[in-house]
Amino acid sequence: MKVGVVTFPGSLDDVDARRAVGLGGHEAVALWHGDHDLRGVDAVVLPGGFSYGDYLRCGAISRFAPVMTEVVEAAGRGMPVLGICNGFQVLCESHLLPGALIRNDHQRFVCRDQRLRVENTRTPWTGAYAEGAEITVVLKNGEGGFVADDATLDRLEGQGQVVARYLGVNPNGSMRDIAGVANERGNVVGLMPHPEHSVEALTGSGTDGLGFFTSLVESVWA
Amino acid sequence: MPRVVVDVMPKPEILDPQGKAVLGALPRLGFSGVTDVRQGKRFELEVAGEVTDAVLEDVRRMAETLLSNPVIESFTVHVDDAVQDQPAVTGTAAGA
Repeated sequence: MKVGVVTFPGSLDDVDARRAVGLGGHEAVALWHGDHDLRGVDAVVLPGGFSYGDYLRCGAISRFAPVMTEVVEAAGRGMPVLGICNGFQVLCESHLLPGALIRNDHQRFVCRDQRLRVENTRTPWTGAYAEGAEITVVLKNGEGGFVADDATLDRLEGQGQVVARYLGVNPNGSMRDIAGVANERGNVVGLMPHPEHSVEALTGSGTDGLGFFTSLVESVWA
Repeated sequence: MPRVVVDVMPKPEILDPQGKAVLGALPRLGFSGVTDVRQGKRFELEVAGEVTDAVLEDVRRMAETLLSNPVIESFTVHVDDAVQDQPAVTGTAAGA
């Protein structure tokens, strides 16, 4: 599959994400924030970083980038979209995902190898994992606290939209230890930890993150 | 030129780590009696021409579209009647 990775001004992890897409067995396609064009890709990754310097709010300005018009439309048609860290923030600001991400409750940037439990394996990004799989991937964020009102949180849990939860330590004050969520349809997933940094034995915390990039299969939404 | 002010605040039920950090710092500096601090943002919009209801409606749409995130923040809009360039009394009082 062709998987587009969007580069915004201030994206940091776009190159790692493209590499992870390749290691996952897919063709990575670089997409530019200023283009009204998804170049025929079958799925999109919004990478981590500090797009637009996190000015105003994380993801608030990227949300209005020309390419996001196309991403929002494609997501509505069912195209798989994965937002990692800053990408997750962009998806929340775009209202493709519920809730919001606020400053870590302890006020400090956190960078650690984080244990997670994968709770929803029915999304196009998590099908390679066994339900309840416990994995360790890199986490690094300053504004990673997932918040939503209680009704929304209950709905997310009730409908199985919690994709991953923090195990052991809650690193940023996220409500109900939520590390990642999906939209109702399941094709749009946001994740605060960085699976793209945990795809090779040489670097990172291991290879537990690779599943997010091997999960995509042609039949998912074709 | 008229100025329209948009104040954006975290909703009461949303944790405000920055406000909490400020609250924690005050007693360390010897200030007492403050029981809570919430930190928000203030936007000052210079607008061309008269501030009509239509302009205010536009500003409200800017506030809910871009300046605030309605999931976690609320906002208020008001016209700043203060004469521009007038020194802020509270800001200069502590000067050298």
